[in-house]
Amino acid sequence: MTTHPDPALRETPGVVPQAGPADDWARGVDTVPRAAGTPEELQPYAELGLRDDEYDRIRHILGRRPTQAELAMYSIMWSEHCSYKSSKVHLRQFGEKAPPSDRLLAGIGENAGVVQVSDELAVTFKVESHNHPSFVEPYQGAATGVGGIVRDILAMGARPVAVMDPLRFGAADHPDTARVLPGVVAGVGGYGNCLGLPNIGGEVVFDPCYQGNPLVNALCLGVLPVDRLQKKEAAGPGNVVVLMGAKTGRDGIGGVSVLASATFDEGSEQRRPSVQVGDPFTEKLLIEACLELYDAELVVGIQDLGGAGLTCALTETAAAAGTGMRVWLERVPLREPSMEPHEILASESQERMLLVVAPDKLEAVLKTAEKWGVLATAIGEVTAPSPDGQPGRLLITWRDQEVVDVPPGSLVDDGPVYARPMREPADLILLQADRAETLPRPSDPEALRETLLRMIASPNLADKTWVTEQYDRYVLGNTVLAQPEDSGVIRIDERTGLGVALSVDGNGRYARLDPYHGTKLALAEAYRNVAVTGAKPIAVTNCLNFGSPEDPGVMWQFAEAVRGLADGCLELGIPVTGGNVSFYNQTGAAAIHPTPVVGVLGVLDNVADQVPMGFVPRPAGDHDQLFLLGETHVELSGSEWAWVTHEHLGGIPPQVDLARERQLAELLAEAARVGHLSSAHDLSDGGLAQSLVESSLRRGVGARVVLPERFAGGSMPFVFLFSESAGRVLVSVPRGHEKAFTALCAERGVPWEFIGVTDPASGALEVHGQFRIGLDELREAHTGTLPRLFGGAEAARVEVEATRTGTTTVLPATAEQPVDVDPAEVAAEPIAQAGAAPAETEVEATSATSADVADAPAADDAPADEVVADEAPTDAAGAAADAPAAADPDDSATATGDPDQPSAPDQR
Amino acid sequence: MTARVGVVTFPGSLDDGDAARAVRIAGAEPVRLWHGDPDLHGVDAVVLPGGFSYGDYLRCGAIARFAPVMGSIVDAARGGLPVLGICNGFQILCEAHLLPGALTRNQHLHFRNRDQVLRIEAVGTAWTNAFQPGQEVLIPVKNGEGCYVADPATLDRLEAEGRVVARYVGGNPNGSQRDIAAITNEAGNVVGIMPHPEHAVEALTGPSLDGLGFFTSVLKHLVGAPA
Repeated sequence: MTTHPDPALRETPGVVPQAGPADDWARGVDTVPRAAGTPEELQPYAELGLRDDEYDRIRHILGRRPTQAELAMYSIMWSEHCSYKSSKVHLRQFGEKAPPSDRLLAGIGENAGVVQVSDELAVTFKVESHNHPSFVEPYQGAATGVGGIVRDILAMGARPVAVMDPLRFGAADHPDTARVLPGVVAGVGGYGNCLGLPNIGGEVVFDPCYQGNPLVNALCLGVLPVDRLQKKEAAGPGNVVVLMGAKTGRDGIGGVSVLASATFDEGSEQRRPSVQVGDPFTEKLLIEACLELYDAELVVGIQDLGGAGLTCALTETAAAAGTGMRVWLERVPLREPSMEPHEILASESQERMLLVVAPDKLEAVLKTAEKWGVLATAIGEVTAPSPDGQPGRLLITWRDQEVVDVPPGSLVDDGPVYARPMREPADLILLQADRAETLPRPSDPEALRETLLRMIASPNLADKTWVTEQYDRYVLGNTVLAQPEDSGVIRIDERTGLGVALSVDGNGRYARLDPYHGTKLALAEAYRNVAVTGAKPIAVTNCLNFGSPEDPGVMWQFAEAVRGLADGCLELGIPVTGGNVSFYNQTGAAAIHPTPVVGVLGVLDNVADQVPMGFVPRPAGDHDQLFLLGETHVELSGSEWAWVTHEHLGGIPPQVDLARERQLAELLAEAARVGHLSSAHDLSDGGLAQSLVESSLRRGVGARVVLPERFAGGSMPFVFLFSESAGRVLVSVPRGHEKAFTALCAERGVPWEFIGVTDPASGALEVHGQFRIGLDELREAHTGTLPRLFGGAEAARVEVEATRTGTTTVLPATAEQPVDVDPAEVAAEPIAQAGAAPAETEVEATSATSADVADAPAADDAPADEVVADEAPTDAAGAAADAPAAADPDDSATATGDPDQPSAPDQR
Repeated sequence: MTARVGVVTFPGSLDDGDAARAVRIAGAEPVRLWHGDPDLHGVDAVVLPGGFSYGDYLRCGAIARFAPVMGSIVDAARGGLPVLGICNGFQILCEAHLLPGALTRNQHLHFRNRDQVLRIEAVGTAWTNAFQPGQEVLIPVKNGEGCYVADPATLDRLEAEGRVVARYVGGNPNGSQRDIAAITNEAGNVVGIMPHPEHAVEALTGPSLDGLGFFTSVLKHLVGAPA
């Protein structure tokens, strides 16, 4: 299709500049020859987030100073967000400790893990964060978060078939939450609905620690025939490099390097142009076009454009194949013709894919793109590795000027790797000593009744319909279960009924109290949520949301969480197939709770066997029997009750026993298969009371519960109803099955207890000797909270502005109270942050950890000997710096503002 | 011979596969029609499915009505071809002036997806003859711009002529005037409905099987109609 320019040009980077420097700058382009001829020119590497030693390393790799375009490329590829430089040394445990699996077709390091589920079919799934963009610009931040993860799934050769969204916000009644939440929800819905992907689950969690830094994670599930798996390798010299999809614009320029890798405090308004703008319609066309290309076997390799845009796609595809690439940058279709080379290379414009195509297939590819009305442009070609066996080079010209000449692997694989200092937060021991088990508990029936009604109406436990009914859960016609069920269940083969179950869970409070066991608890909950549907859990994905890795306390939390997840997966026998790390989630010096979000995928041989969470209506006189599986202990620390009632966070989170979780899952799968279960519902936040209420309200079927004898006196009824002990499930069993079911429990070694019956006729939930509450009263309490908080006229007004303008959620609300920020000061902020970054090799003193002490509750009456000290070893350091790439490049996020003074002002 | 029911795919159509599945479950042969192809391939009826045709960044359905396939459909509908517009399809039928009125932004300004009770009021149409008059059915509704509006004279005429095919019962999900969920043209061969009958055709994936009646109706209609 094209001819090479003079090969001498790219093989001799040290060549003397052809034109004078002044001439080049006059044309606005810093060329390779010019860079070679002006070694002393000052470059703004610190502003781009690169440290002195990193910049020196780039000069060493290139044998000269980088051009402006090259500098931009290195700065984004070596950012935390793309390079995983702080997390690599820990993440490799996921590979090292991975249990053997013959299902894994693609694992960590690919765009998404791919798991085989039948002879013909495989599924791919992954969760990713889009936290910081969603704080700056809730609608577009959340929308493009969905778009980004969908393209990851698409790039594996799969048809995306469902999405889920774990969301975390500040306090539910904080005015800024009324700005962020409606925008995020509308953005998730706006993009996913328009793409035709059912939203089948997720989380909505409120906690003040997320006030200045909401967490917007997005998961996508895809399905592919096993033989349609795609590769990202730009193999085959002479093959054509095609950019397909939207035009490239200035949106998202610096989104990675500025937004995601350096903390800044004020002025999020000024950063709005850095947030990408989504166009789900183009993405829908892109999906259909790509699937048609896959089926016709027209592409050799494919990669989505996400963080770091074209830079990442070009270097990763070339590095993966060891080839070089020749790119004519002026061929990239631009939305704004004045864009400069470094802007084109860094742009994060959405809805783009990079294809590698054999020359004889190019015409067919362009024709398919045309059919779907998507732009497709040949922008370059794959070049051969060096004759000496070295990988090829990436050579990019811009209007005949050579602007980039780099070894692609140096951007992808040779980035800095840090074993950052870690230390257990100094306040942790005090926090753990302050146990919630010592708090005053309700101990009479009236108080218990009042507690239950208050708990089910509290924001974290309240019904989330206000959120989820903004999502399409029906499209594609394969949704068997969706929220509020424990898992989403999707049929993936209409012929056989084969399906998958998916759940995502996390508990930042547990992880704050004990990141190692807190992460295992998140894994256990997601695993259990999949198991209660009758599915067999087979694979894990994760999104690790943490504060700044430069804080040794945060780094310790991260290391503990990774260790917990890797150990947990080994114990459960299911591998981590991919994931995402999001650092710098903090506001000023205060980090969010460490928040590992874990997704578990399970397989159902026939979705018709699936078990729902709701009690089942029966003809008059008939009922099901209720059993509680697992053991209930006095475990209230980190619980929803402690938080709602006492605003308390302290103590040791519930015990987690993954061997028992595994037994429980096996029991549930077998019981579901043989029809012993009418319903099954996981117990987690809010304990048994919450599960009873949810199972009752699901289909309007009440229940009568009897307290086991040992939970009869004093505050023990309360413990029975509100303890958050792990490994428990509430099941209803049809009459006639109870003997066989309990025998199966005994055989599998799962503790069980008969706790009552469903009561389809009563219209009430009754706990014998304690209280009887009508379902209407329960429903009113449970469903009223979110509409009251977010359903008002003002929230709606903000949302309509967002969806109408397609860009701005913040404006209408904030225009009333402009922020007094000096733009110059704001622009300078990231520089100061980057420059102040401590050297990783130095062992830091206590300065950074002291930040965490600030929010430690006073350890008043908890005796020291109650502290469990034999858990969570604190010596997780000592990782080598030469770790292999352990995860794929993804998103990470940053924090803004101060918790008490959010940079986006309150609306009310 | 099996009836052949066309399902149009516009760029941005989302429920086309679901509509085709519903046609198949009802016992007919789905035929996929492409927005850019004016040839209707001899189908006996047409479904315009839900979705966001051409992105619907402009008024919903405003671009789709100009698609080449729509010219043929409008002509054929005027000649009696049964046409069912679901959600986005309803919007397109209004834009194409096969049905009166318009669908505007939901009054509460949110996209809303819920299982909705409808009362079928007109059972003489090509798409509802399998129902009883006044029958209540449970069908998912999911839309952002499903608020049906028309001038009072048009609404009066629709009611007087028995052309309100279905109304929302037990809560109006989008603020539609007079709780209107579905209407038909004067001849009764063209029906626009905001909720999604194609999502209520399988016990496993839908809240009921009530949606199937729309698709079996058209088969009944075709059998009874002169060839």
